[in-house]
Amino acid sequence: MKPRVGQTLASTVDGTTVIVVKAPDGDVTVTCGGAAMVDAKAKDSAPAGEADPAQMEGSQLGKRYADDELGLELLVTKPGQGTIAVNGAPLPLKDAKPLPASD
Amino acid sequence: MNLTMVLEMAAEGFGDRAVVGRRADALTAARLRDLAAGGAAKVREAGADAIVYLAVNGPAFPVALFAASLAGVPLVPVNYRLGADQLGQLLANHPRALGIADPAQAEALTAAGLSTRTPGEWLAEAAATVPETVDPADTEVPAVIIYTSGTTSKPKGVVLRHENLASYVLETVEFASAGEHDTALMSVPPYHIAAVSNVLSNLYAGRRVVTLEAFTPERWLSTVREEAVTNAMVVPTMLARVLGVDGDRSVPSLKSLAYGGAKMPLKVIERALREWPHVEFVNAYGLTETSSTISVLGPDEHRAAISSDDAAVRARLESAGKVVPAIEMEIRDEDGEVLPRGASGRIWVRGNQVSSEYAGLGSSVDERGFFDTRDRGRLDAEGFLFIEGRIDDTIIRGAENIAPAEIEDVLLHHPDIDDAVVVGVPDDEWGQRIEAAVVPRSGTTVDGAALREYVRERLRGSKTPDYIATWDELPRTPTGKILRRDVVRDLLGERAAS
Repeated sequence: MKPRVGQTLASTVDGTTVIVVKAPDGDVTVTCGGAAMVDAKAKDSAPAGEADPAQMEGSQLGKRYADDELGLELLVTKPGQGTIAVNGAPLPLKDAKPLPASD
Repeated sequence: MNLTMVLEMAAEGFGDRAVVGRRADALTAARLRDLAAGGAAKVREAGADAIVYLAVNGPAFPVALFAASLAGVPLVPVNYRLGADQLGQLLANHPRALGIADPAQAEALTAAGLSTRTPGEWLAEAAATVPETVDPADTEVPAVIIYTSGTTSKPKGVVLRHENLASYVLETVEFASAGEHDTALMSVPPYHIAAVSNVLSNLYAGRRVVTLEAFTPERWLSTVREEAVTNAMVVPTMLARVLGVDGDRSVPSLKSLAYGGAKMPLKVIERALREWPHVEFVNAYGLTETSSTISVLGPDEHRAAISSDDAAVRARLESAGKVVPAIEMEIRDEDGEVLPRGASGRIWVRGNQVSSEYAGLGSSVDERGFFDTRDRGRLDAEGFLFIEGRIDDTIIRGAENIAPAEIEDVLLHHPDIDDAVVVGVPDDEWGQRIEAAVVPRSGTTVDGAALREYVRERLRGSKTPDYIATWDELPRTPTGKILRRDVVRDLLGERAAS
């Protein structure tokens, strides 16, 4: 799939949702618990995925998961048990570097 | 992407944390979500297509913001200081809105045919109708419409979409990053973009927000101490007034003070840095159209600037800092050509947080998606942004374009001057002539002729004001912007009377 910035992706194995903060130009496969994530609006019509027991490390609310080389960054808006991965490799947690509070 | 996502994440992530209001009766994040859901039910029941908020800041404001988002209608915060005519024109754009107004403003809503309730009644209505669930709303509807202050032209409705405001929050704030006892004090009124972005960024960070209904420097200081405020945002005139208070100016709990909305006089920020050495200062530059902050001068940069012997580094204390990562900026000349570093020109910006539309007027961006801020500015060698005033304030004297900010800077650096404004006054011979008004430092007097000579030595004859008036204060909006039209009027009146 080709994720769009601002798009919400939903897991098909648990309640995980993420928002796309940065997206590469090309196609990537984003999975949660080993099953492909889908556009949140299409989740109800998507078949339930089968969770891979080896990919159940979980995600944390409000944290960013990113592959800087690929240019993909996802923000967890609802956490779950599935591991978020891109093209088969788990996405690492990104270090927070917030700007100073300006308002 | 929707603002309700920010509310949902806060309620899920730290639902028990106090996030809105004073310690004695603060709302938790979960309670804020419930009240917003109740407010949304009320909006749907009324068949309203917007919420108009014509009241001072308080807990009713964030409830209204999120209720509007949940119901899929825009929040329209309106300036309660507008005259009856302007207010009537503006309200006529929202005939089916649900109205929230302070008692003194209720009549304006009634006259426009809108329902009206006080902020207290709004909170009570919301509390009485909390539903089990809320149906998802259309996120294509604007999140907020803010009318510009109209100091240079007729107020325009800036359409801020969910995507604009949400990307501002996601790009600049880290979720739940605030300490458990962190508290922010907000002093700007709800019709200012900073009041909207403040609700969102503090809630997302997990920081409680206390608001000042009406700013006075004494009340600001006492609130900081009573509520153990750690973060505050002020406009420059507020900071100048706080520093002018006789007596106890201590702010022991304060960790960070952000300022913006108008130019900060160098003398004021230097004094603040000396007065409160434990506080981190942040200067933010942004516009309503950019969902608030697009460049930031951070605490370390403030310290580096004030302690430097290098004139170029020291000058950065008067800069707007560096452009935030999510914004692209170009400085262009009047023909639209991009200028090199160091050159002054028109500031154009692009990014997800930039609004692309004025209500009823269509697109506000060029074909490449860049927005014209109508501010003049330049970037220095290391990318620090210097703002040089509004393009619309340019004085045209004979055939020469003169930026008032350059002359104002010279006047403001004079040791005996606290405030200064330079304007173009209609002139039969030159089209416009340059005149100025200054506010001398308390206890001093300034001589107009000597001051004109002071400017002539530093600039040149054609940039020297023909007349410099001495006033007790300059006419400003409550959010610190100089009312230049009033300055011209008063200067003309003063000359006619003399």
